[in-house]
Amino acid sequence: MNILVVLEDNQGSLHRLSREAVAGAQKLGGSVTALAIGKNAGSLASELSSYELEEILTVEHDLLSSYSADGYSEVVTQVIQSKSPKTIVVGHTYQTRDFMPRVSAKLDIPFIPDIISLSDEGFVKQVLNAKLNASVSSESDQIILSFQSAAFNDEEMITGSSAITPFDVELDVSSVRSTSEEPFQEAAGDVDLENAELLVSVGRGIEKEENVHLAFDLAEVIGAEVSASRPVVDSGWVDSFRQVGSSGHNVAPKLYFSLGVSGAIQHVVGMKGSKNIIAINKDPEAPIFELSDYAIVGDVLEIVPKLIEALKN
Amino acid sequence: MKIAVLVKQVPGSESVLPINEGQSWINEDPVTFVMNPPDNFALEEALLIKERKGEGEVVVVSMGPNRVQKVIREGLAKGGDRGIHIEEDEPIETDPLVIAKRFAAVLKDENFDLVLTGLQSDDTGMGQTGVLLGEILGMPTATLAIETDIQGESIRLKRELESGWFQWVQFPLPASVSIQSGLNTPRYPSLKGIMGAKKKEIKTVLGSELDASSRSQSIDKVFVSQTSKQTEVIDGDVDVAVQRIAEILRSEIKVV
Repeated sequence: MNILVVLEDNQGSLHRLSREAVAGAQKLGGSVTALAIGKNAGSLASELSSYELEEILTVEHDLLSSYSADGYSEVVTQVIQSKSPKTIVVGHTYQTRDFMPRVSAKLDIPFIPDIISLSDEGFVKQVLNAKLNASVSSESDQIILSFQSAAFNDEEMITGSSAITPFDVELDVSSVRSTSEEPFQEAAGDVDLENAELLVSVGRGIEKEENVHLAFDLAEVIGAEVSASRPVVDSGWVDSFRQVGSSGHNVAPKLYFSLGVSGAIQHVVGMKGSKNIIAINKDPEAPIFELSDYAIVGDVLEIVPKLIEALKN
Repeated sequence: MKIAVLVKQVPGSESVLPINEGQSWINEDPVTFVMNPPDNFALEEALLIKERKGEGEVVVVSMGPNRVQKVIREGLAKGGDRGIHIEEDEPIETDPLVIAKRFAAVLKDENFDLVLTGLQSDDTGMGQTGVLLGEILGMPTATLAIETDIQGESIRLKRELESGWFQWVQFPLPASVSIQSGLNTPRYPSLKGIMGAKKKEIKTVLGSELDASSRSQSIDKVFVSQTSKQTEVIDGDVDVAVQRIAEILRSEIKVV
């Protein structure tokens, strides 16, 4: 085995970033094995059975019925020790950030996270709040990599066949020190952001809660839903179920019209698949402009009221 | 309750970021440095835990060249009890395992009940230090904590999952927890705090004497990203811009 992809269970089905990680692993070249952990391991594995993989390992155990950093890092460690992959690949998700560093420290294998692309010089990740890119390399004979959302396209997964093989791990009660309660959702709301065709997204550039209505007014005129970036949600100006980004929703609408969103990496991962991106921001250096089709350098508070008037006429 | 908070000094979000001559990192001379904003939330959480317990010690720990004493002092001004500075010759260490091993070497004999870190740093953004450190020190770990509750010898945490989901987890202390930004409102130092901080102890340890392990990963080059996207920049007169946006919405994207 050259490459091990550790899969993630997203409430019973395969996490999108795990599919992208498989696509990325296949691009790296060599034989790819996938690892599914937990009570849904069998169904996650079967989602990949028609793709070109050396095998899919499944690990089930009473102590793995719910996710824990202790349990998952121990399983991945045992698989790496048994199979000696050169490269271990995961999607860059909240869950892998939570347990893969433990694997890195247990086995002293460097972990290069949040990779956006591969280059001749190394693995490319964003640094300094996404204002610059960096190429990162390692001289270690084993490495762990995590791929950021949309670094690879899951439609480019190579089809073929694979065998599903159960893998036995040794876990005892003392190795899982945490107890987890059932996950829950807060303020679900009745807005379906992920299926909205048009989104008007509001960021810190809106300046004050009293100005947030501008986003809703513009959304009404063009028939869009309103989404927001994290600082606006944290300020309590917009409900949390409207949040886009790594801690909120992943969206890919026909139009993403951002108002005063700077484009921090945590936001961008949730919206960069949008078909058309219009951004208004006062700061000509705002990172959001880099992925925008239309970059309007100006004050949201000045432009949006006039735009609403122009569209009504 | 003995709490270590790891704070990093990073370029401020408004700072200029000129790439240095060797393209290995930025030229720091014109850079304005600040406390890494996510670490500010971790610091505040440590102070709040200590205040809720009514006893304890908050130790502010930072790694980097001499300039990072400023953020340690800032932490002390806000209420930290003492500081530890792991002094590095290099402007920035980019290998997370090396960073964690050095922190571990300094923290292991201090017997902390809790180690708090921010979500990730605004400079390299590796987002691993707290978890690596916890593993090295044999502690349970959790990330993205948005609420903390010390219950005797254990900690109960509300963790943020993806897409608006949350989960409560609990494990025994000592533990290493990384904090999600936004969970509290970081305080500003008072004048009394600033004056008092001058008298508080900052212990300096040389990083080069802590860990001999070689570099396992490195940032080799930084560069401005080249996007393949054709961006139309609309700049200047507001009325002209408004007309152009209306036209884009009507005729190009056709949503109106």
